[in-house]
Amino acid sequence: MSKQQQHWEKTRMLLFITLAIWFVFSIGIFFFGAEMEASSIRPLGYPLSYYMTCQGSLGIFVVLIFWFANRQEKIDEEFGYTEREDD
Amino acid sequence: MFKGKFIDNLPKIYGTYTGGFIVFIILMAIAEQAGMSAKLIGIFFVAFTVLIYALIGYLSRTMQTDAYYVAGRQVPTVFNGMATAADWMSGASFVAMAGGIYFKGYGYMALLVGWTGGYVLVASLLAPYLRKFGCYTVPDFIGTRYGGNMARLSAVIVLTVASFTYVTAQINATGTIASVALDIPFEIAVYVGLASILMCSMLGGMRAVTWTQVAQYIVLIIAYLLPVFWISNKMGAGVFPHFMLADEVARIAELEAQFGLGEIKNSAADLKQVPKGLAGITKAHAEVNTTPWKFISLAVCMMAGTASLPHVMMRYFTTPSVKAARRSVGWSLFFIFLLYSSAPMLATLSKLSLMDPNLATGIIGKSITEVQAIDWYQNWNQANLMFVSDFNGNGTLELNEFFMGGKAVVLATPEIAGLPYVISGLVAAGGMAAAMSTADGLVLAISNALSHDVYYKMINPKAETAKRLIVARVLLVLIGFAGATIAALEIQGILGSVIWAFDFAMSGLFFPLVLGVWWKRANAQGAVAGMLGGLIAGTAYLIAVRSGYPGFWGVTQLTFGIVGSLVSLVLMVVVSLMTKAPDAATQRMVDEVRIPSGKAILGKQH
Repeated sequence: MSKQQQHWEKTRMLLFITLAIWFVFSIGIFFFGAEMEASSIRPLGYPLSYYMTCQGSLGIFVVLIFWFANRQEKIDEEFGYTEREDD
Repeated sequence: MFKGKFIDNLPKIYGTYTGGFIVFIILMAIAEQAGMSAKLIGIFFVAFTVLIYALIGYLSRTMQTDAYYVAGRQVPTVFNGMATAADWMSGASFVAMAGGIYFKGYGYMALLVGWTGGYVLVASLLAPYLRKFGCYTVPDFIGTRYGGNMARLSAVIVLTVASFTYVTAQINATGTIASVALDIPFEIAVYVGLASILMCSMLGGMRAVTWTQVAQYIVLIIAYLLPVFWISNKMGAGVFPHFMLADEVARIAELEAQFGLGEIKNSAADLKQVPKGLAGITKAHAEVNTTPWKFISLAVCMMAGTASLPHVMMRYFTTPSVKAARRSVGWSLFFIFLLYSSAPMLATLSKLSLMDPNLATGIIGKSITEVQAIDWYQNWNQANLMFVSDFNGNGTLELNEFFMGGKAVVLATPEIAGLPYVISGLVAAGGMAAAMSTADGLVLAISNALSHDVYYKMINPKAETAKRLIVARVLLVLIGFAGATIAALEIQGILGSVIWAFDFAMSGLFFPLVLGVWWKRANAQGAVAGMLGGLIAGTAYLIAVRSGYPGFWGVTQLTFGIVGSLVSLVLMVVVSLMTKAPDAATQRMVDEVRIPSGKAILGKQH
């Protein structure tokens, strides 16, 4: 496998992981709205369903994007595909 | 005062600007104490901020194509994040969102999840790759990746349909705010709004829009957060509302039960008296009140729509590098998060201050005549945003006898909570900033696609720079006027049009964009079939549902993008596989796009 194929292989893997986490917090958990509401887990005292829609999922997305960006930069570095500063 | 290059001085410049704006707020507060009228304060706030944006727009004027189309590709990560946040958060986010949550509760919050989750798709699937491509517009990418004018033109069509639907809503919002703040009729205010929008974008294109959007973000975020914190502290609900309103949410549920929410229903005859557009509280505040599918389908449409709306995507063409584009998406979402996580808190505070009899501001349970005598009730009743009526004739105001417009949650809550009028003026300036910044991005996206992709790439490829940029500006003005003319007709509400725009964009562009990067086998025939087929299928479904067709899979007129994009995906895959694979040069181009280093596909000037 060429260098470029390996790089793309790793990039794709990272995409799948990112999208899996995204799926859980944007779609997956909302199949269980009623269960979340009844749950005894109450972040900051809010019902879990309410908390996830107004802060939880939103905050996780912010962190997820920065995490993704860091990982992708590492992958690019590993294969020497980082941009030069003067590009 | 500022030595060296403009870009190096950005933190200083915008720091000074923010400081100056705060000083302006304080001056207005002093003027209010000295007896300046509420009307005059409103006019000062809107006029002052709009003049500043126009000044920035003038200072950023340019006659270079890469400055006009992509701000010279030198916008730093964090500032691009702010500009994107302003570009993204429209009049709907600013004025209507808290109201939606106030009335619909959990079911409505699918929009919060959808309008943020979409950025994960933008960061991982598209933004860095389109930045590497080096295109000026979204159809520029489609046209070069797939090859051929047909693909380019199809992308322009989808872009225009989606963005135009969106922009009429934004011009409508600027008109609404300008008409309230400046006290002029709506039909004239729409054109005042349009003039302010054009002043920001006409001379400097993307460069001017970028730097005004940063300025607009600063105004809108101060205007949104300051009242939320102030009200929360004044009510004793918590110093930091986002972390401390759990008791208030529980208290609302308690009051809802006490006031018989959902048990007492208004008769149809009673509801006839209520002015159009106003609603009472019929849904519980924090309960799960919708089916999972309804919630999820709406969120999915908003997410896929986010990743297909050209005015958002083109913001990431302006960063200096691929790496910066990726990080910039994170910053955008962070700045959006600041406002979106505050909207439910504002809805909570607003509802409790109206409902709780233990608070001085609570009106439910008071006598009708007493409520009708309150100053703010009279003001907002006159503005057609509030209404009470004693349906059961017992003389007291019941929960089902109080009606309010969605906009009132943001616009009127500061006044209800007893904040000085200067805050209401600030909120008006914030709403204006939110609507203007989005309208600017949209008008520019449409006119750039028409001037660069249709005029330059298809009609007159030999046109020299000066001519291209003049055509771009003429189109900008024409599109602005067309948008304002339609906005003045007020066909669809602000929020409805915005949601439609997402569905249109998702129907026609989501899969052609994503597969362009992630599936080498995708070819021009497939992309054209996907774009046009998706757009037609989505539109047909929308029209059918609007004219009485019950629909299937629980897809409504708000989620028709699901039908459109599925048709688009199937057509694109089937047609691509039935026709010839893209040539070796195209395949190499896709390989090139997938790595950050090396030259952009399209040159600096093209």
